[in-house]
Amino acid sequence: MNDAQLSKDDKALLDKFLADNRLFLGPDPEIMRNHGVQPRSALEERALATKLDPHQINHVRGLIHAALSESFTMVNQMGAAPGAKWGDLVTAIFTAQGDLAMIAPHGIITFAACCFYPIRFIIKNWVDDPTVGVKEGDGFIHNDARYGGVHNTDQSMMMPLYYKGQLVCWLSSTIHEGENGACEPGGLPAAAESKYDEGIKMSPFKVVENYQLKRDLVTFLQNSVRDPKLQLEDMKVKLHAVMRLGERITAILDQFGEELLTGTLRMHLEDTEAEVRRRIREMPDGTTRVLQFMDSTLRENALQKISCAITVKGDRMICDFRGSSPQFMNRSVNTNVASFKAALCTGLLQNIWPDLPHTMAVLSPIEILTDRNSVIDAEGEMPQAMSLMPMFKACVAWNVPMSKFNYSLPHRYTAILAPQYDQAATFIYGGLNQHGDVTGNFCGDINGMGQGARSHADGEHSVSPVFGFMADSGEHEINEEDTPIIRLGAQRIAKDRIGFGKYRGGMGYEQIATARGSGMWGFMTGCEGSKFSSAQGLFGGYSCPSYQLCKIKGVNIFDELKKNPRIVDVFDIVQLMNEQPLPGKYTSQDMGMTFELCTEGEVYMICQGAGGGYGDVLERDPELVMKDLREDLMSHENAVDIYKVVYDKEQLVVDVEATAELRSAERRARLARSKPYDEFVAEWVTPEPPKHLTYFGSWNDNREIWAQNPAINMTVKMDADKLQGFYMPNPKDLRIAELEGEVGALKSKLEACVSATKK
Amino acid sequence: MKVLVTEYLRINLDTEKWECRRCDHVLNSARENYKRSLRVYDRDPREIHKPLLDTKLYSRTYSPDPTWCRILEYYCPQCATMFEAEYLPPGHPPVYDIEFDIDALKLQWKDRTQVKEPVIGPDLALEKVKMGRAIHASHQHGHSHT
Ligand SMILES: [Zn+2]
Repeated sequence: MNDAQLSKDDKALLDKFLADNRLFLGPDPEIMRNHGVQPRSALEERALATKLDPHQINHVRGLIHAALSESFTMVNQMGAAPGAKWGDLVTAIFTAQGDLAMIAPHGIITFAACCFYPIRFIIKNWVDDPTVGVKEGDGFIHNDARYGGVHNTDQSMMMPLYYKGQLVCWLSSTIHEGENGACEPGGLPAAAESKYDEGIKMSPFKVVENYQLKRDLVTFLQNSVRDPKLQLEDMKVKLHAVMRLGERITAILDQFGEELLTGTLRMHLEDTEAEVRRRIREMPDGTTRVLQFMDSTLRENALQKISCAITVKGDRMICDFRGSSPQFMNRSVNTNVASFKAALCTGLLQNIWPDLPHTMAVLSPIEILTDRNSVIDAEGEMPQAMSLMPMFKACVAWNVPMSKFNYSLPHRYTAILAPQYDQAATFIYGGLNQHGDVTGNFCGDINGMGQGARSHADGEHSVSPVFGFMADSGEHEINEEDTPIIRLGAQRIAKDRIGFGKYRGGMGYEQIATARGSGMWGFMTGCEGSKFSSAQGLFGGYSCPSYQLCKIKGVNIFDELKKNPRIVDVFDIVQLMNEQPLPGKYTSQDMGMTFELCTEGEVYMICQGAGGGYGDVLERDPELVMKDLREDLMSHENAVDIYKVVYDKEQLVVDVEATAELRSAERRARLARSKPYDEFVAEWVTPEPPKHLTYFGSWNDNREIWAQNPAINMTVKMDADKLQGFYMPNPKDLRIAELEGEVGALKSKLEACVSATKK
Repeated sequence: MKVLVTEYLRINLDTEKWECRRCDHVLNSARENYKRSLRVYDRDPREIHKPLLDTKLYSRTYSPDPTWCRILEYYCPQCATMFEAEYLPPGHPPVYDIEFDIDALKLQWKDRTQVKEPVIGPDLALEKVKMGRAIHASHQHGHSHT
């Protein structure tokens, strides 16, 4: 049918008919692709027309913050999910039309930055739907990131707040719950090959009426996950937190009236937007760029490029991510663009402008360009359970290009910072615990990523997760009470795994775990960066190293320790792997591992990673090098080979002159071994990705996207605006084919031998 | 008027040239990619991130895979200070990382005072982390921390 032939009335009628008869209210691109603050509503116009007193606004803002803080503390203390205990949660307040206005000061920004999408969905679809409706005392639940969200392991409770019969704002509480009934326990199924493997998929729906959970729906949700107790408890906790938040906001309304509350929320958004534009205007006009490379789909190694170009012109900022890897149809490392933007918002607040209010208005003035169907703007049936991978990259995508804009400024809002380590380096687990309960979740070690080096100081070790300042790294004692996991080694700084530089990145710690007292227990890990370093350095600083998952299988450490309590000198990964004091099979493999069973006493070892380094290693103060040696963070070999320091190895006293001479010699060597850029580039650059690389993304032109997988002899080049998703072969099938090939070759060899002997 | 751009680079707005902040060496035009005036070395990542595990026992040893990942080191042609360490897959074109509008930059700095030494920003991110930790420690999660 051709729309042009319809009269205006007919067109309206047709639109209404289509809207009323939509077969499926799936994720709505109109909502999901718009990260901006909406134009003022009539109510907001009215409120702002009354010339509100700025002092009162400030006062009300403070009261709202206090209320958010209180509800955050409630969830933090009462939440059953391990994540809630470490601060992996948020409470937030949204305007009546669903703009995220304010977040609990210690909450995870990303969660709230996602929540306005489902709220807008509820407003658009359920308010006027006679079978649903929205009224006082209703509460809505949601977890499917396709409707807004980080990933499906997070669950939100969203509640409209009514005052004198009118909806004045929305309140939410979100927790990283963990278990969600996916194909692997723990809520982060790297093995998901389609969205149907991701566990329960709650589009926003009403689960609370008259401030009470509807037991039938709660039962359905409990029936869909491995941890029904957790499901119920945290739904209650979130409900009561938003109800308490509602009481506090109602008290503010009683005291100051609805216009002042509405005006405060709106002004908070508009003031923030204005400040962001002012800061953009302050920056030089131009473009800075950075490339990030992810090296795994968590099922196989594959380089995926994320290309980022930030352009500033006056008070406009455009972040152009075009040229990035296409999406994978049967791998979980995709993210939809709304989640990706929420991570960008988080990273901007975490790394560049931590002094700005935590609201979506920070990102809304910034234009974001992506290729549809890319790994950061994935659509359709693809799984996105490990969307953390590109989202963590988004958190730190700002550091390098924004430092290149901001270094020159006469005023700095925060220290110039190299990127933080950006992998979810923690054990995800599941199975039957020692109390006989089914469970699945992840460990708080995810929150101990090393900070990037600063322009004036080393990074802090294992400081926080890349997505939140406030989350802490859990307690193993609690973990050991609730799960069969036993820590053999923990919080021991991973020596020599350093982002070197004039200032080094903060380092990560080792995690050595086993299980005991369960007949069915297992682990998975979801990290990239085993072949290609993940956290980048800044201004000549090096990146972090690559990290591996090390295992000792076929051993029961408890039996061995019983036989000989001194069999292991110290639980240190490098020492264990190189000296192999225990019997069993030792392997070092990719840090992406799908769920596998851990028989009692088998040993799993991973590391949290280091942040990137800052500046030239030859400028590192030799005394800081000695300090690293004294603290046993580094071997002598690196002090000499990387930092070029001459010193007394016993006393750790620097020979200043000899160091200066060694460093000058290194500078001469640098000049001798290097080439002028143009000459170098002429030899170095290849017209396309080398044949041996499994590679996805642009190469020398952002408008052309390569998809190359040597395992299946595939090389495809596409236009960036016509991207399609890719299927990866099952690694086990590839391995079987490889082994069949070997068997075939051996058979022919054998036959040749046999026939030779017969002659 | 000179504008600091990175730890090692500045732009001289009068001459429109990039300059090395360590040795004052005058590099190329500020309207061009500064990398073109530097020297480059293709570094095997195993020389920086040395294998920590026995390479005879394991192929993955905490060193990046040199067939997947290389480090391009950029040096000042005069003092050899390392301006950038760029991690790339072999053969991938280096990124054109700083492309400023020099005319706009001149206008912007017309009324600003020259900044000779970089300002150090407050460590806000770290302060927030420390505040967060203090809050968590005080909650105690029902356990004693003694
Ligand atoms: Zn120089």
